[in-house]
Amino acid sequence: MDQVSTAPPNIPRKNSRPGVVPKAVGLNCPGCGAPMALRTFSNAVNVSCPNCGAILDATDPKFKILQEAQRQYKITPLLPLGTRGKWKGVTYEVVGFQERTITSDGVDYHWGEYLLFNPYAGYRYLTEYQGHWNDVTVCRALPQQGKATYGTRSKDRLIMNGRTFTQFQTANARTTFILGEFPWQVRMGDKVEDCDYVSPPFMLSVESTGDEATYSLGEYTPGKDIWAAFGRPGSAPRAEGVFANQPNPYGDKPKDFWNLGGYFVSALVVLFVLSWIVSQHKDVFQENYSYRQTGQEASFVTPIFELGGHTSDVDLTINTGLDNDWAYFNLALINEQTGEAYDFGREVSYYHGYDSDGSWSEGGRKDTATLGSIPPGRYYLRVEPEMDPGHGVNYTLSIERDVPMFSWLWLALAALVVPPFFLTARGWAFEYKRWQESDFPIVTQSGGDDD
Amino acid sequence: MAKITVNCPNCGAPVEFSWASSVQSTCTYCNSILVRTDVDVTKVGEVGDLPNDASPIQMGTEGIYKNLAFVVAGRIIYEYENGGWNEWHIVFNDGTSGWMSDAQLEYVISSEYKGASGESIPPGHSIQVGKQFHWGDQTYQVTSVTQAHYKGVEGQLPFQFWDADDCIFADLRTTQGRFGTIDYSDGDVKPVVYIGDAVDYNNLKLKNVREFEGWTR
Repeated sequence: MDQVSTAPPNIPRKNSRPGVVPKAVGLNCPGCGAPMALRTFSNAVNVSCPNCGAILDATDPKFKILQEAQRQYKITPLLPLGTRGKWKGVTYEVVGFQERTITSDGVDYHWGEYLLFNPYAGYRYLTEYQGHWNDVTVCRALPQQGKATYGTRSKDRLIMNGRTFTQFQTANARTTFILGEFPWQVRMGDKVEDCDYVSPPFMLSVESTGDEATYSLGEYTPGKDIWAAFGRPGSAPRAEGVFANQPNPYGDKPKDFWNLGGYFVSALVVLFVLSWIVSQHKDVFQENYSYRQTGQEASFVTPIFELGGHTSDVDLTINTGLDNDWAYFNLALINEQTGEAYDFGREVSYYHGYDSDGSWSEGGRKDTATLGSIPPGRYYLRVEPEMDPGHGVNYTLSIERDVPMFSWLWLALAALVVPPFFLTARGWAFEYKRWQESDFPIVTQSGGDDD
Repeated sequence: MAKITVNCPNCGAPVEFSWASSVQSTCTYCNSILVRTDVDVTKVGEVGDLPNDASPIQMGTEGIYKNLAFVVAGRIIYEYENGGWNEWHIVFNDGTSGWMSDAQLEYVISSEYKGASGESIPPGHSIQVGKQFHWGDQTYQVTSVTQAHYKGVEGQLPFQFWDADDCIFADLRTTQGRFGTIDYSDGDVKPVVYIGDAVDYNNLKLKNVREFEGWTR
């Protein structure tokens, strides 16, 4: 950093205009005689009479009428003229209000523009459309031009301060109501072409009149912030719908959730591997059996076996010698001490053969059922096989204690994926609503052409 | 800095040319506009009443720009169909001088850019919005052309400027926030280019500004 040289040049400091700049007093509208105020000293070029709506020449001591009252209706701005508030570190006073209107498909849409003033820092704007506010300043730099192609459509882009703004809407806006004073010429019916580019929460607007273009940058601002700053009573009107540069409330949340979900999935996998390692995989029972359907009662019970350790899973595996056949097993794991029974059934079937496409097979000879959360104790199995009459099978029943269970892993994975999926869908729905209001709505039906 | 004090040829009051390059000054007692020649000063005109403007800046306002202190030494006031603006002649404590414009309380500090002398700048009546110039490392684009007229003058100026009437100004901007003006005050033959930056009021750290009824700084 260079050192600031604070000694000013040696030039006499004589104030050519000493004293405090006074407020104008005793002003009256030449049209209707109503008393008037000037809030911006001689910065005002035009001022409208609050009573009759005539537009007056504020630079003329006699307040020459520039435009007779054309007012068809009267609007009460949400921020009354004269309201002061501290906004972005500067005390501003609301000194002017314009309503602007665009007509689209025969429907009029109105928005309000508030002119804020500080005699040192200058002017700033607030705009309001159906409860959506923007804090607007005039750009000092020119944007860079760009273009983006989306399928067969192309949108203009503007790059400003390193942000890329996408073309949103072009409309012809006209001034339909004027209140207060302005440092430029204003008239009812003034027309500008307004082109908006968005990069939420920012909006870059280009206002063109003739060959001159003015660029302004708006930042989406919650109404409650403005209510607080300007000390308005009650609460700000609720924002209706989705505004062009309104930040997507789901914005980065789906991404965060996906990321978070990723961490959880990794954690799950680690947990699963660990539980696999610490699981005992203990074979507690194995026995070979033979069955033939003879029409007689076929149920039997196995010898008692011990399920040790803590409450955990049990795998029952039926390994059969089925060949182009099926068998059904009614099974119950019964606690010898308490009599508590876990009933379940398994079907095992295995078919194979050759056809014109070559060899094929269906099903398998082996089946494993997992029973979750079985407390330790002495157990036995009750087994009742079923087959077609005359058919028979040799099979082995084996029981393994304390195996890790896959099903909770899948459930946990699903639980982790659903919230980000839901948020992503909500975020997309928000973007869809945003762009429905633009000249470039998101096309949902293929082949549809809504231009 | 050599300070030159002369007596006003009109009323005899002392008039200072406190900045070595000042060519013109105004007598604060009789409002005569004085132009310095080698040995003497000549009265060339008289300032009228200054328009009732609401700029917070005044003669003697001090500020800091790019780590250099400056003071406001003079002023030219222009008016055009949609309002008016001030060009404040500011003198830095390294002896250089520049201009601080104040249009609807938007502030730009600029100084003359000699690098454009080799370029062909279209005459004022044919320069158009959109025209681009490459000055330094930036591309300046004409964003507005204004037909203005001289409204008044005050204090010390680095050139003679007292009987101008209509003049054309082309304003230019860049994508980096730089600002330029082509000044056709001397006619189409000698357009003068100024380049500079738009600045925030608060960053200028201005002192000795005007006060406004109902407002604190």
